[in-house]
Amino acid sequence: MVLYSKKVIEEFSNPANVGVIEDADGVGEIGSTIDGDIINISIKVKDNILEDVKFKTFGCVVAISTSSAVAKLAKGKTVDEAMALTNEDVINYLDGLPEGKDRCSGFALDALKMAIEDYIHKSE
Amino acid sequence: MDTMKRIYMDHSATTPVDSLVVDAMLPFFSETFGNASSLHSFGTEAAEALSLARKQVADAIGALPEEIIFTSGGTESDNLAVRGVVPFNEGKKHVITSVIEHPAVLNTCAFLESLGHEVTYVPVDTDGLVDVKALGKSIKENTVLISVMHANNEVGTIQPIEEISAIAKEHNIYFHTDAVQSVGKIPVNVDDLGVDMLSISSHKIHGPKGVGALYVRKGTTISPIVFGGNHEKGMRSGTENVSGIVGFAKAMELAVERLADDSIHMTRMRDSLIGRVFDTISDVRLNGHPSKRLPNNVNMSFKYVEGESMLMLLDMQGVAVSTGSACSSKSLKASHVLSALEIEDEFIHGSLRISLGRENSMGDIDYVVNALQETIAKLRAMSPLAGR
Repeated sequence: MVLYSKKVIEEFSNPANVGVIEDADGVGEIGSTIDGDIINISIKVKDNILEDVKFKTFGCVVAISTSSAVAKLAKGKTVDEAMALTNEDVINYLDGLPEGKDRCSGFALDALKMAIEDYIHKSE
Repeated sequence: MDTMKRIYMDHSATTPVDSLVVDAMLPFFSETFGNASSLHSFGTEAAEALSLARKQVADAIGALPEEIIFTSGGTESDNLAVRGVVPFNEGKKHVITSVIEHPAVLNTCAFLESLGHEVTYVPVDTDGLVDVKALGKSIKENTVLISVMHANNEVGTIQPIEEISAIAKEHNIYFHTDAVQSVGKIPVNVDDLGVDMLSISSHKIHGPKGVGALYVRKGTTISPIVFGGNHEKGMRSGTENVSGIVGFAKAMELAVERLADDSIHMTRMRDSLIGRVFDTISDVRLNGHPSKRLPNNVNMSFKYVEGESMLMLLDMQGVAVSTGSACSSKSLKASHVLSALEIEDEFIHGSLRISLGRENSMGDIDYVVNALQETIAKLRAMSPLAGR
């Protein structure tokens, strides 16, 4: 059994920002039922700042905890700052991930970046 | 003080050691501690204990004491059975097994393939029953062994062992069954089943870990896979784990003695759990055969949620179970057993194995049903798939 940090368990058991923004400015979804994890992230942008970030996730402990972490990290940041978030930022926020699971952290981040790209595309 | 209720329902993984088993073992650590191969009185005492244990294990499955080889557990027993009957120096041999065997059999078969032998992996139906017709058709002139488990460790499906053994006998092929999950749950008698070899593990029946046995019918020719001082008639060298073997034998004795009561108790809990989950939680399916299944096995899949997440939330409520879904690097991987049952994608990642034990109660079932309802509701509220 993998050993998760207290922070991972905390984000997994009490995730913040769960849901879907109905009038979202950008939406990103990644994954499939065949491969596994599906992460949907929706964002609301005001004055170039991610005013709200919500997620819905089907997946394992890492998928849920990284989704929660990404939403928290991105909320309140400018579009550029959110786009600049890295896997390392997510892993550090969660006080590390077990070996072999560290690569999973990028999945939620990919969904966030897809949502931002969707926002940019719609704004053009 | 932590007062959270803790309920263990992962008995297919391992079981708590029965206090009577512990009592039986204790004198063999520091009092009767001799090496059973030593000629002095200390050794003789240990050898006598081994001899009695061999008889107890043999009696429990309708075998003769000389047909029991003590091993380190189910994995070694499976390895010895599968590797032991395939002579490495007499050309290419053919082995038949099923796609849902335990890795102890499947990985041994893969090893035999790497040595140039041939293995046929027989499919199962959607309930997990081995396709007996396909098995019969796969027999070749050089088939030396059929190995099909008695009951599956994940979905609990009980295989038609008597039917398969009749086919094996008709073609003069050795037949091995991995009975690690069935011993103590359903009747296991080597003559009734018609098997030539049968694997047993102690820790699945409230005995200690690290000990088990392979039953080898008289007249079956096998080669050892562990070499040394010719213990166990040369079939498994290594100083015998006397205390472990004594505990194992006691656990076997208790398993047989309590089989009827345990079976009734576990079947009642199993059926109540399944019924109540189906009555109160939507989008659920039962994996494995609806009736030909172990009395203690419940394997269910819940749509829109993932196994590890369910397992962790249940653990936080004090409930210990297993899942057939594993996550690795951005993708979820279903167990080879669930994949073989061709369970739909929507269900395959959300599997839970709840394996009951004799110490569980109907009160535990109430608690687990409530915990499951909460867990599934919480995860579905978070799932983008629910409600689509």
